[in-house]
Amino acid sequence: MITKIPKLTRRSFVIGSTALGAGLAIGLKIPFGPSVVRAQDGSPEVTAWVVIRPDDTVVIRIARSEMGQGTLTGLAQMVAEELECDWSKVKTEYPTPGQSVKRKRAWGDFSTGGSRGIRDSHQYVREGGATARIMLIQAAANAWNVPTSECSAANSVITHKPSGRKTTYGKVAEAAAKLTPPEKPALKDPTEWKLIGKSVKRLDTMDKLTGAQVYGFDLKFPGMLNAAIKDCPVFGGKLKSYEAAKVTSMPGVRHVVTVGDSAVAVVADTWWQAKTALDALPIVWDEGENAKVSSDSIAAMLKEGLDADQAFVANQNGDVKQAIAGAAKKVEAVYAYPFQNHAPMEPMNATAKYTPDRCEVWVPTQNGEAAFAATLAASGLPADKCEVYKLHLGGGFGRRGAFHDYVTQAVLIAKQIPGTPVKLLWTREEDMLHGRYHPVMQCKLVGAFDSSNNLTGLHMRLSGQSILTSVRPEALQQGKDPLVFQGLNPSGDFGIGYSVPNLLIDHAMRNTHVPPGFWRGVNINQNAIFLECFMDEMAHAVGQDPLEFRRKLMTKHPKHLAALNAVADRAGWSKPAPQGVYRGLAQMMSFGSYVAACAEISVKDGDKIKIQRIVAATDCGYAVNPAQIERQIAGSFVYGLSGLFLQECTVKDGHIEQTNFNNYDSMRIAQMPKVESIVMPSGGFWGGVGEPTICVAAPAVLNAYFAATGKRIRTVPLKNHGITLV
Amino acid sequence: MARLTINGKTHDVAVDPSTPLLWAIREQVGLTGTKYGCGIAQCGACTVHVDGAAVRSCVMPVAAAEGKKITTIEGLANGRALHKVQKAWLDNEVPQCGYCQSGMIMAVAALLREKPKPTDADIDARVTNICRCGTFQQVREAIHAAAKA
Ligand code: FES
Ligand code: FES
Repeated sequence: MITKIPKLTRRSFVIGSTALGAGLAIGLKIPFGPSVVRAQDGSPEVTAWVVIRPDDTVVIRIARSEMGQGTLTGLAQMVAEELECDWSKVKTEYPTPGQSVKRKRAWGDFSTGGSRGIRDSHQYVREGGATARIMLIQAAANAWNVPTSECSAANSVITHKPSGRKTTYGKVAEAAAKLTPPEKPALKDPTEWKLIGKSVKRLDTMDKLTGAQVYGFDLKFPGMLNAAIKDCPVFGGKLKSYEAAKVTSMPGVRHVVTVGDSAVAVVADTWWQAKTALDALPIVWDEGENAKVSSDSIAAMLKEGLDADQAFVANQNGDVKQAIAGAAKKVEAVYAYPFQNHAPMEPMNATAKYTPDRCEVWVPTQNGEAAFAATLAASGLPADKCEVYKLHLGGGFGRRGAFHDYVTQAVLIAKQIPGTPVKLLWTREEDMLHGRYHPVMQCKLVGAFDSSNNLTGLHMRLSGQSILTSVRPEALQQGKDPLVFQGLNPSGDFGIGYSVPNLLIDHAMRNTHVPPGFWRGVNINQNAIFLECFMDEMAHAVGQDPLEFRRKLMTKHPKHLAALNAVADRAGWSKPAPQGVYRGLAQMMSFGSYVAACAEISVKDGDKIKIQRIVAATDCGYAVNPAQIERQIAGSFVYGLSGLFLQECTVKDGHIEQTNFNNYDSMRIAQMPKVESIVMPSGGFWGGVGEPTICVAAPAVLNAYFAATGKRIRTVPLKNHGITLV
Repeated sequence: MARLTINGKTHDVAVDPSTPLLWAIREQVGLTGTKYGCGIAQCGACTVHVDGAAVRSCVMPVAAAEGKKITTIEGLANGRALHKVQKAWLDNEVPQCGYCQSGMIMAVAALLREKPKPTDADIDARVTNICRCGTFQQVREAIHAAAKA
């Protein structure tokens, strides 16, 4: 199925939206004129988003990537809601980036990250569905020679009310595709939604139960060869030499090739042969200056930033210095968060086929357009000679969005073996060595109180890495990385939920040679721990209940407060916890959603934590598929708590020390707490779902651990403190 | 050369006897439902049944699997009729990305054969697969549902 290439077309049309990337010429009109754009099987495209087959099958195009988060189903629900089609006849397909470029970005942004799949595209995908519905009704009305106002559509059936005549979408699609689309289709009021907000079943489950789902890692092409690769373990280091002759006669080995200036690959009939030969290949690296860097040297650099004079300011009101100087009581703490690897279950891979006339890549990617750009750059071919085919991802979590190093490598290898498809697969070990790691960050917090124990000032100084400096320097604001302050901004999608009379939140940027990346949740992970654990510390320092202490600071933040109250109520915060059970709270706003958690834990022997239950609330504005949102919440906690308890990438001699899941562990089912989700959409905005809740689990558990033991843990992961999750 | 019996069919695979069963299944036999996640018996993505027992095929050499009855995810269903674990997985919508689920389902199917009504403690002890998407809450519910089916 994945080798099917949607037919390309000369016609370029677009469903326009301001959400489309700036800087690209975007037509705001959809198809017009007599000729019809057709899908691969000849069925007419009614709009770029909707293809309808004669048998009434509705194919909905999905530009974003499905990596487990359910966006495929959610986005299809949005289109189908406006289309008024029969949900049981809905299928989906990915348009290709190359096609999108040819059609002036007909499908908008392909990037799937930042919990944006739905919240950034809800408007234009719904318009794509509404436009198609209007055109289909128009086509039926034309055939019947009646006004459209007398016709209505439901379940893929169009009815002429006065006469009772009926037809189906499949029958009129051909005629509809020739019509002029309406200028600006009206969208339903949320109160009229029938499909959005319903927990319909995912569209992509069955093949994942039988082994039939084809991931990038499973691709097979006639004549395909398999590649295994080693890149210089020290970031920034180079490949010096290797002795190919030592392995060329090993079974199956076809080629040993240099990849860029830092890697070498063995290409063989099977991947196991390639990997076996690569392990036997003598390689000499030129590790360079970075080989002197260690976790300790990085920590020392960050520590210096905690008290540095210069820092980028993101949130400031009043005069915090004065408030601290004149405080009756001061509370101070330093926290730290480590490098972490994404470790999606499917290791990095890409399959490439190169000829001087055409370069094609098949890849699990969170951003088809970025993979396309990497293909162009590595192949040296123009856009009309390249194509990228996306496959469902075996997990992404941010690793497969902004970074396509594995695509570049696959193309560079394929280029040396023209005409032969080559599948590059990384070992888990290569994935551990060459991640785009969760940034390292330290944070010093100082709280100031007056003599009546009112919080008068808070200074939060972050010191550590900037992802944007490394990945998208053009997005910096006069050197400042605004992304560092997720959850700490004065307002917006990452707005802080507290009002403090004198507040200063700033960042001393300290970058390392270890490449940072967007790790599910990104910077809210550490910011939530810093802020929410310190809130707890301050509450205890002045002898106040952590919930009441927060509430006093949250009166101007009703949505943050509502989420916090929801978990406190459900957990029964006002009543004592059962014997031996201790509670902790946290709240945050992230990716446009308001989230909160209450963790209930018990502790054995002082260092064995059992999480009895986590109550979690999310107000994501509109909830497209509540059952899938609950799964995202529970799943995000597995990811976040694995990070809290188990995961740290340490640096020695410039390289990452962890090699596989034996020393970079991930939570198992035995450690899984019961997660009680409260999905509380308050309407009027579109918040994210895949990432927001991840950040509240860790501080809620840490605060509960303090309640249980009186010990405050300020560095992650907990395994470094001898604490285990049981 | 090794002779393997997989999902009721015999395959002669031309590989070094030390080749892990996982790679023989994927690359010689061509069944790609069984996944690679770590290669060191940590994650369970490669779980298959060997004579009915759940085995991490990434660390079992083909030589050790010769003459034994191997079942992969592709052979779990009875023709078109899903195995009760697959059925429970479908009803409870367990998979997210799905990559770990072949191994997860095979581990659970082996558990249920031995313990048709597993307790939570049995599940904790026997299902040790990694799922980075974090489907554990649904996995547990679906195991209990399958046990009732
Ligand atoms: S691949 Fe075999 S246990 Fe991970
Ligand atoms: S469903 Fe994605 S790793 Fe388990």
